[in-house]
Amino acid sequence: MRAFSFHRLWAIVMKEFIQMRRDRVTFAMMIGIPLLQLTLFGYAINSDPKHLPTALRLADQGPFARTLVAELTHSGYFDVVRVTGSEAEVERLLRLGDVQFVVNIPEDFTRKVLRGERPTVLVEADATDPAATGPAISAVSALASSALDRDLKGALARLRGSAPPVNFEVHAHYNPENITQFNVVPGLMGVVLTMTMVVITALAITRERERGTMENLLATPARPTEVMVGKILPYIAVGYIQVSLILLAARFLFGVPMIGSLTLLYSVSLLFIAANLAMGITFSTLAQNQLQAVQMAFFFFLPSILLSGFMFPFRGMPVWAQWIGTCLPITHFLRIVRGILLKGNGLGEIYPEIWPIALFVLVSMVIGVKRYRQTLD
Amino acid sequence: MTATAELAIDVTGVTKRFGGKTVVNGIDLQVETGEIYGFLGPNGSGKTTFIRMLCGLLTPDAGSGTCLGRDILHEQALIKSEVGYMTQRFSYYEDLSIRENLDFIARIYGISDRKAAVDRSLERLGLANRSAQLAGQLSGGWKQRLALAACLIHGPKLLLLDEPTAGVDPKARREFWDEIHRLSTEGITVLITTHYMDEAERCHRLACLAYGNLLVRGTVAEVIDAAHLSTWSVTGADLPALAESLKGQPGVEQVVPFGGTIHVSGRDAPKVEEALAGLCSPGHQRTRIKSGLEDVFIGLMDHAKDNFS
Repeated sequence: MRAFSFHRLWAIVMKEFIQMRRDRVTFAMMIGIPLLQLTLFGYAINSDPKHLPTALRLADQGPFARTLVAELTHSGYFDVVRVTGSEAEVERLLRLGDVQFVVNIPEDFTRKVLRGERPTVLVEADATDPAATGPAISAVSALASSALDRDLKGALARLRGSAPPVNFEVHAHYNPENITQFNVVPGLMGVVLTMTMVVITALAITRERERGTMENLLATPARPTEVMVGKILPYIAVGYIQVSLILLAARFLFGVPMIGSLTLLYSVSLLFIAANLAMGITFSTLAQNQLQAVQMAFFFFLPSILLSGFMFPFRGMPVWAQWIGTCLPITHFLRIVRGILLKGNGLGEIYPEIWPIALFVLVSMVIGVKRYRQTLD
Repeated sequence: MTATAELAIDVTGVTKRFGGKTVVNGIDLQVETGEIYGFLGPNGSGKTTFIRMLCGLLTPDAGSGTCLGRDILHEQALIKSEVGYMTQRFSYYEDLSIRENLDFIARIYGISDRKAAVDRSLERLGLANRSAQLAGQLSGGWKQRLALAACLIHGPKLLLLDEPTAGVDPKARREFWDEIHRLSTEGITVLITTHYMDEAERCHRLACLAYGNLLVRGTVAEVIDAAHLSTWSVTGADLPALAESLKGQPGVEQVVPFGGTIHVSGRDAPKVEEALAGLCSPGHQRTRIKSGLEDVFIGLMDHAKDNFS
């Protein structure tokens, strides 16, 4: 016997290739996951988000005010989606997260500029995610000195003195010190739940089938729904332990503010946990073995972490990526958690984020139960 | 078995198709209460599928009948609570101990005095001093005992055992069959599939399946007689050469070496006689013997292949 034989080595290599080819799902994942990563990292992610929705509270109709608005839009960072005079309304838009910025142009803005009084334009930002607002705020400071250059000509050129003609004041709401952890730690709740809940349920049922114990279970009087719900309930408890752990850490290690109702947060978490468990069950009905189940869960996890606004600003992504993100339950859950903890949102304000999760639960449950039935007969 | 005895299983025309392939083809079966009924058939002959239909795991595509007096098409839930089904593959939880497994099954069936029931079944199958051991660490024979204990825990009236003794050593196999006979005397009906001829001979009655069709049924003697197979045992010198030349002779259907003898069988006795007379040399002794179940079974399978494939 030779110590090392290329024939034997080759036999094993060939066998591995044959097995690789047989497991279609694994094979598809080997190609699919790099492609997914390339697409997500290459095209979807942008750390310099532009075209952020902005509300304009305009109290002056003078020419300088219009110029200023035009320049802000021209910078590429601000898209004015709403023009209003009501303070209550802009406040609400900011809390709902419908706009990222509110630009307040005060009364007599034009007159004050002419008088050289350097009026203050208040820019209010939803700074829950400092990464989303940072570049836009830098752009604002640069605009202060140059925004009115076009208008300040001839006799008015004297107003372009050493000090800028307008003064921008930025109020970073909800996270005034721009602490990244305040955004990341609550978001982690969604990520941890997605990661563990989907994988665990996908495995729990696939394992039961792979080991043959499912057949035994089905031969007993236990009904399929009893089996399904019975397998899910323990993991809901696990999910709540995770939620509590993260909340404790957020409070005592990171000092994350908790303005809203924790009861509300715990109630909504149930829906989100259900969404992930339903997804896991659907995967378990599609996967032939435990390896496939894990790969499918990973395939779901990747966009969940990258396209949800957890790692990178949601509004910085191209429209198609935002659409994918919108379909994922974690995107809505992140907004709910940050809304409740940092903004003190109540049920009325988070409602627009609740029903998409509920819809997701419904759709994946229907697919899951349908597929589960098929595996019996 | 008296003719008036109540039937535990009474089905007719049971059929199951998977994607256009008929796996079970119109099987009629009557099993009397307290009987041990053997199901004999090669791999893939539809035994497991048939059993799954009896215990309500699968719905037949055609056919009707009753299992323990319950309609197999509409009362599957009731059947499940009165039947003990032992799957071909060990299907209890390997990461649970013996006691935990039994306790789990007892809970599923909603047994009132659970602790006592679990203790009783541990005692009866001699698992008592191993009850804390994880099921995954058990050897084949002990796993099979656990599986039997688990499917008996709710006091079923009918046991459906799918190749229960595959991979179990002869001693454990014998003990298992003693237990099956004890259960039978207590009035429990047992339907059991097997590949082993010695086990088939321990059944009260038999049915042979091939390609989803029921070929023959009856007691062991009836099954053997029905085959009309004649067998000779030949001893002497140079048996391998004789065996080779006998194969393919008119009338000779099977030539099987058994240590120092060969068994030659065929349904047409005079023709086999003729072939033997022609090929045997004076150094060979031949005696006519009773056909065994295995000879009959192999003969049936060979014949079935011609008919159904």
